[in-house]
Amino acid sequence: MTINQPELVAPRAPAGQFLAVRDLRVHFPTDDGLVKSVDGLSFTLDKGRTLGIVGESGSGKSVTSLAVMGLHTAGLHGNQVRARLSGEIWLDGKELLGSDPDEVRRLRGREMAMIFQDPLSALHPYFTIGHQIVEAYRVHNEVTRQAARKRAVELLDRVGIPQPDKRAKDYPHQFSGGMRQRVMIAMALVNNPELLIADEPTTALDVTVQAQILDLIRDLQKEFGSAVIIITHDLGVVAELADDILVMYAGRCVEKGPAEQVFTTPRHPYTWGLLGSMPRLDRERSDRLIPVKGSPPSLINVPSGCAFHPRCPYGERVGAVTRTEVPVLREVGPRHEAACHMAAEERSRVWTEEIAPKL
Amino acid sequence: MAARGGPPGGAGRLRHPPGATARPSTVLAYLIRRLTAVVVMLLIVTLATFAIFFMIPKLTGTDPALLFVGKQADPAAIEGIREKMGLSDPVLVQFWKFVEGLVAGRDYANGVDVTHCPAPCFGYSFRNEQEVWPVLTSRLPVTLSLAAGACLLWVIGGVAAGVVSALKRGSVWDRSAMSVALAGVSLPIYFTGLVSLAIFSYALDLINVDYEPLTQNPGKWFESLILPWITLAFLYAAMYARLTRATMLEILGEDYIRTARAKGLGEGVVIGKHAMRSTMTPILTILGLDLGALLGGAVLTETTFNLPGLGQGAVRAISDKDLPIILGVTLIAAFFIVIANLVVDLLYAVIDPRVRLS
Ligand SMILES: Nc1ncnc2c1ncn2[C@@H]1O[C@H](COP(=O)(O)OP(=O)(O)OP(=O)(O)O)[C@@H](O)[C@H]1O
Ligand code: SF4
Ligand SMILES: [Mg+2]
Repeated sequence: MTINQPELVAPRAPAGQFLAVRDLRVHFPTDDGLVKSVDGLSFTLDKGRTLGIVGESGSGKSVTSLAVMGLHTAGLHGNQVRARLSGEIWLDGKELLGSDPDEVRRLRGREMAMIFQDPLSALHPYFTIGHQIVEAYRVHNEVTRQAARKRAVELLDRVGIPQPDKRAKDYPHQFSGGMRQRVMIAMALVNNPELLIADEPTTALDVTVQAQILDLIRDLQKEFGSAVIIITHDLGVVAELADDILVMYAGRCVEKGPAEQVFTTPRHPYTWGLLGSMPRLDRERSDRLIPVKGSPPSLINVPSGCAFHPRCPYGERVGAVTRTEVPVLREVGPRHEAACHMAAEERSRVWTEEIAPKL
Repeated sequence: MAARGGPPGGAGRLRHPPGATARPSTVLAYLIRRLTAVVVMLLIVTLATFAIFFMIPKLTGTDPALLFVGKQADPAAIEGIREKMGLSDPVLVQFWKFVEGLVAGRDYANGVDVTHCPAPCFGYSFRNEQEVWPVLTSRLPVTLSLAAGACLLWVIGGVAAGVVSALKRGSVWDRSAMSVALAGVSLPIYFTGLVSLAIFSYALDLINVDYEPLTQNPGKWFESLILPWITLAFLYAAMYARLTRATMLEILGEDYIRTARAKGLGEGVVIGKHAMRSTMTPILTILGLDLGALLGGAVLTETTFNLPGLGQGAVRAISDKDLPIILGVTLIAAFFIVIANLVVDLLYAVIDPRVRLS
């Protein structure tokens, strides 16, 4: 279900921004209750820039990216649970949530493309990779099979697959994990998309291959100039790639800003926890700040007030407001926002005196 | 992954060798190995059936020679038959001669007269002294007609119903189709068959179910087979609809289906190409095995509709204690099952690129 704004207050495209998500909500009605996977998320992204979305498992990262791609409403059959979506998603001046699904389908794969976490399960086991890339190209381009094939081989070559014309005839299982992810990337890039969403593109790969894939994504972004959203729970990945960082917790943004700012002057206790759980080569494990305690909250009964309060070591200092009022994002620096009830000076003091020295 | 619709027969194994392609020589070696296994398998089935059926008269005290010539025959005639048929030879000698007859044909002789039985010689019917092989070959086309027509019906009907049910899961259509399918798998053929006979043939007198071969009278052939086809297809369509629905639902949840949508493919291509390709894989496998089993004779259907196929032949032969015919039908059935297994394994390697013949 798509909840549109009434015509009268129809919002206009945000000026100058390539992608703008405003107050996105994605709720799933289930037998246990309403799962609020994304609950009031806003962000913007310009062409040629990279946004890193970080957060624990279950914080709503994938649900957000699928919403942008329009994949929550595509291909629903029978009595399958329908996600309830509301808010706005503006892509290049078009609002997607209120658009005709078929129009959004034509944008998928052409203007926006996605790379998935596990390339083995995300590629069809019974079609050759060449066939799958050719298919992705021919949905959006009226070209001959040969021309599409040439294009596919060209991209396979570009993403670093050796002997691309020969390997195009192979099936996904005949590739190693890293090569398979390169195939996925080639498939995503075949139509020169202006927005590329990479949902944990390296989680299924081993460490050395991870670095190669990240390098590849960075190079390709420079070359193609697309906007990139990279989703991960590894802050190290975004540190390398992202211009901006958005930290998600329980379907909401708790902190966002330029990567530099978020890394050097984070202003949310959850971000501190994430930084603390980041593996560092130059420290003994025991010296490091203890990672975020406890487990991610239920998205059906999201904790009252600040959703992070049951796990926050500073909630007590701030007082009852933390359990009764949802903190809103407030400016804490240039283009840098965080949602926490703790006084800004106090947070900056805790960071510099208590947290930063231990990292 | 490997758990779903794994190759039957266990002969094709799933392997994921990067960059590996089957070389013709390995395929040939595989084929030779499998065909040898087929022959050995058939020999074992022959021996087992032979042993069972030729031991029975010894155990029950009936004399096969008596069955041949009738109870009132004089002792000399019985002795003559016994010698001619080699019935007093040791079992293994009889078995050897039987296999020899299958491969090269054999002569039955008792000094006085010689009867030549050309290969493949399955011997002579105890009842009417006809050669078994022509009896089998005259019954096979009936079974073949029944199986082929029913198969066409149930594949189209079952798969279509299953796909629509999966796509409209939870709808009225889905629930009613699945209830009908449940009835289909639980009602025995002799029940559905008799009901359809009672309605269309006896009560309404619409359909004449007397079988005539396709080559003699295509119209009659078709008419006589409509009810058996539908009855048999109903049972199988029910099973295939349930299987198709379950497989399709599982496939629709796969990541690569989401990828297909993420490319911007329309739902028609996503379902009709990407999902169907995976759904058909286990179905084709099971289809091969079901067809193989059916070609040995659809006993209940043929008996219910009085079709002169292999299954009906087997039932008659059993009540007649006509051991050579029983042996013949058993061997034909075993042959089709073993061959179907081989074909399915080969087919599997073609339709699932992850399977290597090894
Ligand atoms: N179709 C659905 N129906 C019900 N709940 C859903 C559905 N899809 C996602 N969810 C729920 O939404 C929440 C957020 O899921 P999401 O996949 O976005 O997490 P994530 O941040 O991507 O986590 P991960 O790092 O594990 O990939 C999860 O709790 C999940 O159970
Ligand atoms: S609002 Fe309170 S509970 Fe939430 S992060 Fe800030 S200090 Fe912690
Ligand atoms: Mg995810």
